[in-house]
Amino acid sequence: MVLIVDLITQGAQMMLVLILAPALVGLVRKVKAQLLRRQGPPITQVYRDLLRLLRKDVVLAKNASWLFRVAPYMIFAATWVAAALVPTFAGGLMFSWSADLIAIIALLGASRFFLSLAGLDVGTSFGGIGSSREAMIAALAEPALIMIVFTLALLAGSTQLSAVSEFMASSDVGLRVSLALALFGLIIVALAENARVPVDNPATHLELTMVHEAMVLEYSGRHLAVIEMAAALKLLLYISLIACIFAPWGIADVGAPVGAYMFGIMLYLIKIAVAGVLLAVFETSIAKMRVFRVSEFLGIALMLGLLGALLRFVSRGL
Amino acid sequence: MALFAELWCVAAYLVLSVAAIATVRLKLSGPLIYSGAFATGMFALGVASFALVENNFDGPDVVLPLGLPWLGAHFQMDALTAFFLVIVNLGGAMASLYALGYGAHEKAPHRVVPFYPAFLAGMNLVLLAADAFSFLLSWEFMSLASWALVLAHHREGDNVRAGYVYLVMASFGTLSLLLAFGILAGGQGDYSFEAIRAGVQTPTLGAVVLVLVLMGAGSKAGLVPLHVWLPLAHPAAPSHVSALMSGVMTKVAVYGFIRIVFDLVGSPAWWWALVVLVPAGASAVLGVLYALMERDLKRLLAYSTVENIGFIFVGLGLALAFWANNVLWAAALALTAALLHSLNHSLFKTTLFFGAGAVLTQTGVRDLEQLGGLIHRMPHTSFAFLVAAAAIAALPPLNGFVSEWLTFQAVLVSPETAQWGLRLTIPAVGALLALAAALAGACFIRAFGFVFLGRPRSAAAENAVEADALSIVPMFTLCILMLLLGVLPGFAIDLVAPVVHGLVGGTLPHQANVPWYSIAPIAETRSSYNGLLVFVFIFISTSLAVVSIHLFASNAVRREDPWDCGYGELPTNAQYSAGSFAQPIRRVFGTLLFRAREEIDMPRPGEMRPARLRVELHDPIWETLYAPIAHAVMSTAGRLNVLQFLTIRRYLGLVFFALVTLLLVLATWS
Repeated sequence: MVLIVDLITQGAQMMLVLILAPALVGLVRKVKAQLLRRQGPPITQVYRDLLRLLRKDVVLAKNASWLFRVAPYMIFAATWVAAALVPTFAGGLMFSWSADLIAIIALLGASRFFLSLAGLDVGTSFGGIGSSREAMIAALAEPALIMIVFTLALLAGSTQLSAVSEFMASSDVGLRVSLALALFGLIIVALAENARVPVDNPATHLELTMVHEAMVLEYSGRHLAVIEMAAALKLLLYISLIACIFAPWGIADVGAPVGAYMFGIMLYLIKIAVAGVLLAVFETSIAKMRVFRVSEFLGIALMLGLLGALLRFVSRGL
Repeated sequence: MALFAELWCVAAYLVLSVAAIATVRLKLSGPLIYSGAFATGMFALGVASFALVENNFDGPDVVLPLGLPWLGAHFQMDALTAFFLVIVNLGGAMASLYALGYGAHEKAPHRVVPFYPAFLAGMNLVLLAADAFSFLLSWEFMSLASWALVLAHHREGDNVRAGYVYLVMASFGTLSLLLAFGILAGGQGDYSFEAIRAGVQTPTLGAVVLVLVLMGAGSKAGLVPLHVWLPLAHPAAPSHVSALMSGVMTKVAVYGFIRIVFDLVGSPAWWWALVVLVPAGASAVLGVLYALMERDLKRLLAYSTVENIGFIFVGLGLALAFWANNVLWAAALALTAALLHSLNHSLFKTTLFFGAGAVLTQTGVRDLEQLGGLIHRMPHTSFAFLVAAAAIAALPPLNGFVSEWLTFQAVLVSPETAQWGLRLTIPAVGALLALAAALAGACFIRAFGFVFLGRPRSAAAENAVEADALSIVPMFTLCILMLLLGVLPGFAIDLVAPVVHGLVGGTLPHQANVPWYSIAPIAETRSSYNGLLVFVFIFISTSLAVVSIHLFASNAVRREDPWDCGYGELPTNAQYSAGSFAQPIRRVFGTLLFRAREEIDMPRPGEMRPARLRVELHDPIWETLYAPIAHAVMSTAGRLNVLQFLTIRRYLGLVFFALVTLLLVLATWS
């Protein structure tokens, strides 16, 4: 019985992130449009776009290899598995022990690995630009993220995300300097990894600053739909990650009554809506930075992460 | 019994070596010798793995009447030896199999075939030796055999210089080890390991030994700043030998370090860890940065070995730190991470060198800027290379991730150490590791992307064909092993448990007891990882996505020109190049470290000459450490040259003065 409930929770969670991810992207776009005094497309537009792309033929470049055709599914699968490991509305996920935070980072790294390779496959200059910049951004964002994970893991005494989340929900957390550093670092990393302003602009296609859009330039049809879906999932994943660590309220425990689960879902929806609005406000109020300033921006995250971890090594109170 | 079998294998290798000399004129010599080496390697591998699984090393040590007359040559086999025998003979067997196909392209087989079994014999002997004399002799034998192989193509390019630098570094390493053993053996000069182990070292002498061994083994393994010969010598050798040198011989050096520091010296002081951790962290980051700047595929792989050796030595340094603090389970964790990474690295690095060798024989090119598009023409090689690149970039569910994960777990338990020096250093080293891991991803995206993807950048790359089956088989075998070790790492951890227990006395929880084949090195509540489930999940969600999309949505494909924002198909040299791929990282990290400078020569409007971009990189370690030494040696030699042209009177005068000075010194001494 417990097993079935666990399986259902896990399955529901995997489906929930899949369904919600495009809505989150739609919400951010809508709020951004409203802030610019435009009406903006409805939130459901993202779903329509995805469905339309799915129905279309794939137009492949003549010299695209098998890797180019396999990569979208690998990217999607790695991101989806990573997203399934982040608690959204219920903790104690059935398979949460199969991969900890370091493994989640590595899974996202795997999806980036294939995306960058796909960018290089056709042999165009735009794809190369995108992959090269992505590699630079990742080279700074990934260590920053690992240092943030170190900070959290040293605090919670575990690298398991469920355990970290439970610890953060308990009363013995308190206000700590290292946590503040970790939060700021994590937000910077999340902006960079999801190709948001000020690191990259998700709304442009033909700007010399583009990163993510340049890598997927040659994709079309269902391949593009799958990649767009993976990108949306990744955004939701980062927001869920920040929410379950720094706002772990209302996450239902194992074996909680049905009411608690419903409450958890409600609260989760509110959390991502708030995060989406905040993201939109942040993106409209800040300018994109030059690509070589990104290293300084991400360097801050790396330093914050290192400082947080150092504080944890030096003192148990900070 | 296992020990006897392994010694017979060494003998077989030596016989093969002699047979190669005897049959050098025969056309079949190469294939015969390589098949013999393959069979011997497989047998030695079987014996070593069986001994390791059974954990039965009761047999007596063997003393052969060779070497020093009062000492004899001692040989022994324990779990540590057996584990490294597995690495050496697995790599050796696979390289021999690969060489059966690859060797057919060899232009001068008589320069390779005789030395190859000797090299394998040397590596095996280092592992089996149980006294300082035979250890050093085997070590030197291994070095010289590999040196001869480096010089196999001595007329090509810079290979003579590579051989020279290698010889100098190898002599330096052996000298350090010689001094270390001298100190360990003490005044009585009993060189058997048993006697050394029984002797007690003062902390100061122990520290001196540590530094000497770090220099001796580190120079062979490629620890910064002693790594300079790797990127020269590894690529110069034929590719199956490069694979062995980079993937396997560096592990023999790791073995040497573990054997002397952990087994023979033991009882470390806490600051020993610092001595190891600092160069190890520097190796990890510098190695991968060098690799990212490199455009020669085989040199890139050699630099990446420097990075991985850094990873291994960080694990060893952490093990020393925990051991000194008497936190034995943590020491066991760190040591397990280091040992597993040694095994893992030997698997993917040999595969990568095999792939590079296949590319080299088919195209004749090692330059990333002249390759490209080989995924269409060499599908099997490219697939194996991709798997190995993903493994070395530490992507789950492959094996590289497991050892990296274990190393990070070891970093995370380091608040268990009591000393401030360690508490401040270890997080910094952790950050360096994280940086190196991320950069390694970028490095192998670049390596795979510019060799196998895109459009061919030269006629050689355009006309390449797939390598022969005998070259492909070992690559795929190793890929399967990488996946197995990645999804079922618990078995590997249990396999090295006796090794770890024998060295530091601690053990990790028995992983076979953890449900679902997970690994939980400390406790399940603290951290666990299940490669099998991750693999199954990725497999299921990929198939789910593929099947549902192809069933319910479109599955039509149309082939057209590339879109490229409307530019269409530009000439192949308008593609992104490996140099431009590395440019952002070069700007971020290289400006300070490599004093990277870019000069742009842009013609005025109307001028017809092409624009030029020139990149200038400086090797910080070569220029600050080696160049001054080389300069000093050369200028001293130049000055001393005068002594060659003196008259007989002056020579006699010199002899007289030397005699007087020596007598004076002797008089004041006593």
